[in-house]
Amino acid sequence: MSLETPAQSQAEALPVGTPRLHLIIFAVLLVLLLIAPFVLYPVFLMKVLCFALFASALNLLLGFGGLLSFGHAAFFGSASYITAYAAKDWGLSPELAILLGTAAAAVLGLGIGALAIRRQGIYFAMVTLAFAQMVFFFAVKAPFTGGEDGIQAVPRGHLFGFIDLSSDLTLYFVVLVIAFGGLLGIYRIIHSPFGQVLKAIRDNEPRLISLGYKVQRYKLAVFVMSATLAGLAGATKALVFQLASLTDVYWTMSGEVVLMTLLGGMGTVFGPLVGAAALVTMENYFAGLGAWVTVLQGVIFVASVLLFREGIVGVIARLTKKSL
Amino acid sequence: MIEAFEPAPDTRGEIILSARDLTKRFAGFVAVNGVNLNVERGTIHALIGPNGAGKTTCFNLLTKFLQPSSGTIHFNGRNITNLPSADIARLGVVRSFQISAVFPRMSVTDNVRIALQRRRGDSFDFWRSQSVLSAFDDEALRRVDEVGLSEFAHVMAGDLSYGRKRALEIATTLALEPEMMLLDEPMAGMAQEDVTRISALIRKISANRTILMVEHNLSVVADLSDRITVLARGEVLAEGSYDEVSRHPGVVEAYIGASHE
Repeated sequence: MSLETPAQSQAEALPVGTPRLHLIIFAVLLVLLLIAPFVLYPVFLMKVLCFALFASALNLLLGFGGLLSFGHAAFFGSASYITAYAAKDWGLSPELAILLGTAAAAVLGLGIGALAIRRQGIYFAMVTLAFAQMVFFFAVKAPFTGGEDGIQAVPRGHLFGFIDLSSDLTLYFVVLVIAFGGLLGIYRIIHSPFGQVLKAIRDNEPRLISLGYKVQRYKLAVFVMSATLAGLAGATKALVFQLASLTDVYWTMSGEVVLMTLLGGMGTVFGPLVGAAALVTMENYFAGLGAWVTVLQGVIFVASVLLFREGIVGVIARLTKKSL
Repeated sequence: MIEAFEPAPDTRGEIILSARDLTKRFAGFVAVNGVNLNVERGTIHALIGPNGAGKTTCFNLLTKFLQPSSGTIHFNGRNITNLPSADIARLGVVRSFQISAVFPRMSVTDNVRIALQRRRGDSFDFWRSQSVLSAFDDEALRRVDEVGLSEFAHVMAGDLSYGRKRALEIATTLALEPEMMLLDEPMAGMAQEDVTRISALIRKISANRTILMVEHNLSVVADLSDRITVLARGEVLAEGSYDEVSRHPGVVEAYIGASHE
């Protein structure tokens, strides 16, 4: 028995073809990225890729889990330091150094996450910021981080012992595999049964508890995943620039990645990529403006919050009525 | 505080949920004070009372969204006083909320499906495609149809009208097939036509389950409930059928004092 007129309009159209649209966008993106290093400077592109992965990792937590971390530099930076140290002082091969840095970020994420998820909203953000500051001071004071100098001249080494990464172009394709793999991984996470639970937590946490979900476990799980992927981005970055420095763990790094996510469109699949590309481009090509870049970033941030809170991709998604 | 409480609530088979001496103190204020409540299996039991009587606090205590300061809660004879909310839901006591509780950025069908998804146990499989969830699609659509929302099946829940959100909320709750449902003001803020619709829905779903509801709309309460507990200032004022409680002098006073002046 239906209490309203039984609906005839099954034609109310499922958003059919959305996964297909995403597949097409990913394919086009991949083709462009394969051509790009022959047109643009590979180190710049690698930076974009690392930050696209970093911002997507944050977006997994913020846009899909509804948790704003203001301390993601802790994971990005510590992975960067550990990868740099492992590659330089222990002479580890690049793949092992990256793995070690990423694993360290995962462990750190488990520790910080377990404590941070006990609080909500602004308090959650503050707890993550506080822990990130602790990691920052550790990086300043610890004997093996090189203090203000950081760890410089990190050898890129030979991937699997035989692929020489000293050429930017070779390294670019390795970074492309890592970053693209990471992005596809995130895409799968948000379109998994786990991802459904995440979105429900973001939308209405008490309601999900009332349905019998133990939300704390899911929040911790997504926090660790996000920290791990942020670590992967930081570890890769250390090899690209052959450098781990205090910038990587400083709070402004946490702020910048939040800005990338917001500017591109949080809760969208492709927003963080666009946001990362936009901000990295600004930093690189407007570098001549000096401190004015920061002012420009501030203006963009204010404008994006006031005028298009959904972010660039969010606005496009609304106008085209497609899920992006 | 200690008073004779002869029939141990958990030995009488027909009591599904019982609260004994339930008390909640906030700093300097007792919101719920020594409430005893027995809900019989298969009935619609209403919890009424003037604003600030502690009805919603009571609800939050029963589902452990708040921790009682003292007192015990039994469900099916099992002491659930110290269980976390999610475990109480897993035992079959599922609540609704005063403000409509949907997942606004998920489609209507996905809202129901997230409840059905509980049957898989935990969903930590982040590596698997969500297409494994399409096994629940048919049932989700059926549940959506059941509450008259099938033409909105693929609409974002946040875009529904208020009354339809409440209907969706009930569909989501029903998907868990709970033994007992706790509805917190299901008619709050509804237009009359929605009230009629949701009333009929509640009557329909009460067929083989127990319902405890907080409700302000007294005609709905009179119409639906088998038994009524009246709360005032955190304490039980009266209990009985609608006719009994409506003749109770304390209830008349509490209501006239609170709502007509």
